[in-house]
Amino acid sequence: MTRGPTPGQTVPLLEVRDLVKEFTRRQGLFQKPSIVRAVDRVTFSITEGETFGLVGESGSGKTTTGRCILRLIEPSSGDIRFRGEDVLGFSRARMRQARRDMQIVFQDPFSSLNPRMRVGNIVEEPLIIHKTGSKAQRRARVAELFDLVGLDPSQLARYPHQFSGGQRQRIGLARALALNPSLIVADEPVSALDVSVQAQVINLLMELQQRLKLTYLFIAHDLRLVRHICSRVAVMYLGRIVEMGPTEAIFAAPAHPYTRALLSAIPMPDPDAPRQRLVLDPTSFVREAELQEVGKGGHVAAVGTHG
Amino acid sequence: MSEGSGTSDQGPGTRNSPVTGEQTSLAPGLGPPAPLLSVSHLTTGFEQSGRFVPAVIDVSFRIAAGETLSLVGESGSGKSLTALSIMRLVPPPGRIAAGAIRYRGRSLRELSEREMQRVRGAEIALIFQEPMTALNPVFTIGNQIEETLLIHGRATRRTARQKAIDLLEAVSIPEPARRVRDYPHQLSGGLRQRALIAMSLACDPSLVIADEPTTALDVTIQAQILDLLRDLKERLGLALLLITHDLGVVAEMADRVAVMYAGRIVEEAAVRDLFRDPKHPYTQGLMASMPGGEPGKRLRAIQGTVPPLGQLPPGCSFTPRCPQRFEPCPTAHPGDTSLAGDRRVKCYLYGPAVEPIDVAEAAPQAPLRYEGQTS
Repeated sequence: MTRGPTPGQTVPLLEVRDLVKEFTRRQGLFQKPSIVRAVDRVTFSITEGETFGLVGESGSGKTTTGRCILRLIEPSSGDIRFRGEDVLGFSRARMRQARRDMQIVFQDPFSSLNPRMRVGNIVEEPLIIHKTGSKAQRRARVAELFDLVGLDPSQLARYPHQFSGGQRQRIGLARALALNPSLIVADEPVSALDVSVQAQVINLLMELQQRLKLTYLFIAHDLRLVRHICSRVAVMYLGRIVEMGPTEAIFAAPAHPYTRALLSAIPMPDPDAPRQRLVLDPTSFVREAELQEVGKGGHVAAVGTHG
Repeated sequence: MSEGSGTSDQGPGTRNSPVTGEQTSLAPGLGPPAPLLSVSHLTTGFEQSGRFVPAVIDVSFRIAAGETLSLVGESGSGKSLTALSIMRLVPPPGRIAAGAIRYRGRSLRELSEREMQRVRGAEIALIFQEPMTALNPVFTIGNQIEETLLIHGRATRRTARQKAIDLLEAVSIPEPARRVRDYPHQLSGGLRQRALIAMSLACDPSLVIADEPTTALDVTIQAQILDLLRDLKERLGLALLLITHDLGVVAEMADRVAVMYAGRIVEEAAVRDLFRDPKHPYTQGLMASMPGGEPGKRLRAIQGTVPPLGQLPPGCSFTPRCPQRFEPCPTAHPGDTSLAGDRRVKCYLYGPAVEPIDVAEAAPQAPLRYEGQTS
């Protein structure tokens, strides 16, 4: 099968190869459970410092892929390498160590923070778990993190419900940054936020990336947003990557019928924008087709007719 | 499309006149053509520890037959509560405190609950964001559509099933004769929303209020539902009150747009005018904060957050976040200033108009004093 693009000579920060996650679905007491492939031989790699977008609709497997990478869900098979190390081969203890370097930011800032904990403690918790520094050092670090994400350190003793959605997402981000990770898996980090607040958080994410040299795996369904912040994108459909490449190349010349349908469905904030909606015809492509080169810069798509 | 059975005679000149819907006394200062729905000076809010906290403040707008008006705003702007007020479905401790809501000239606030029930569904239909919560999980979608038809006397037991199938077909649900026996959980999100739309159309309403009808759906499904709504609107001559936070959806669907912020309509204009030349600083900020333009560039976010209910700042509610604020802004909330091209805006940049009566806020009225105007 075709490999994901291997950009340049540098070793990618994250390499995912042939990742598969199967779930068993029980359909009733007397029926045979069926197996669903939520993630189907997904292969991609992310270079240090880049923002890699994983887009798709619900059920495409994008969230499951993100969680498999951090082993929050155990993949069924495949290979995940972080800085060249075999992540799936890690022991529990080693995995816990590795998670210092790879963190996740969740979509919902309302359910992802423990409502009974003061926000200062929420941000400090990973430092305690990883036994980092003395109490005073940790406190100082928390204040520094609050400052970093644009929150007032004088509010450390408050509870999550006293903050707005955007502020809560900043708290989640401060917690994720506590251990100085290099990779952040951001799973729909702004989709629960209002437009005006979304922009603030996106700006913050871009700023932090520059300052802290972060690498993002940005999982999203909002294509306008993905276009704005991602350097490369993989489009997922029913568990598979159907197209991948430089963001601008994909937006300019989508090769896969699904990508075309997806892009044509974005409502444009312009009443005069030409509206030509392409409805996906599932028979117009072969689901099992392998990725093949369709453009420059590693632009690949599963447009083959064989298989 | 007949109107109820006209059992009521609320006020003069409001008897059934479905076509002309004539009425004379409306809020002053609004345009002439007889609207299907007119909302004037609506204020709705909640009793909170003995204090009335307004969430919809002095909202006025009209929708003509066949027109699509979009109410845009962020969470807490009062757009959903405006819809619930029109349907008289405001959950306690919420209540409508002031204002008039007229549908075909009839004052909805003065109808008895029975008469109002006849209006709901048969005249004005409501489509919610989450079809799973709006549909009853223990009945088939056929049962639910049939029930609506029977309640409103639009079908007999014998004809109801076929009508339900026809409705499912009208919203392009494949294999309607089979799907009619499905339970809501057996349908995908998109099909569920279609079923809900079919149900809302069961009694030939003239006005459909759609509250974030596509927010819970994927983009490709959203596109299909928007196409369906547009198509039905044209075929059936429906008027649509479309509530959304997505300016992309607005641009695709609306004829006119009313932008809500912290309970008030701060700007209203025809859709092209609004997108080409947004007047209110909030509208300008919303448009600028959308991703677009040069990739990787900082987005122009609006600073700060929407003020919580009951803690509106003095004067114009947008003042603390407004990059163009000046002297009069924190004194009193601006009223509507009419602008050329049948548009209006609540902002001192465009005129000295002060909100006429501050129904909602018991705050002492500061006399308006300011020198000159900068722009």
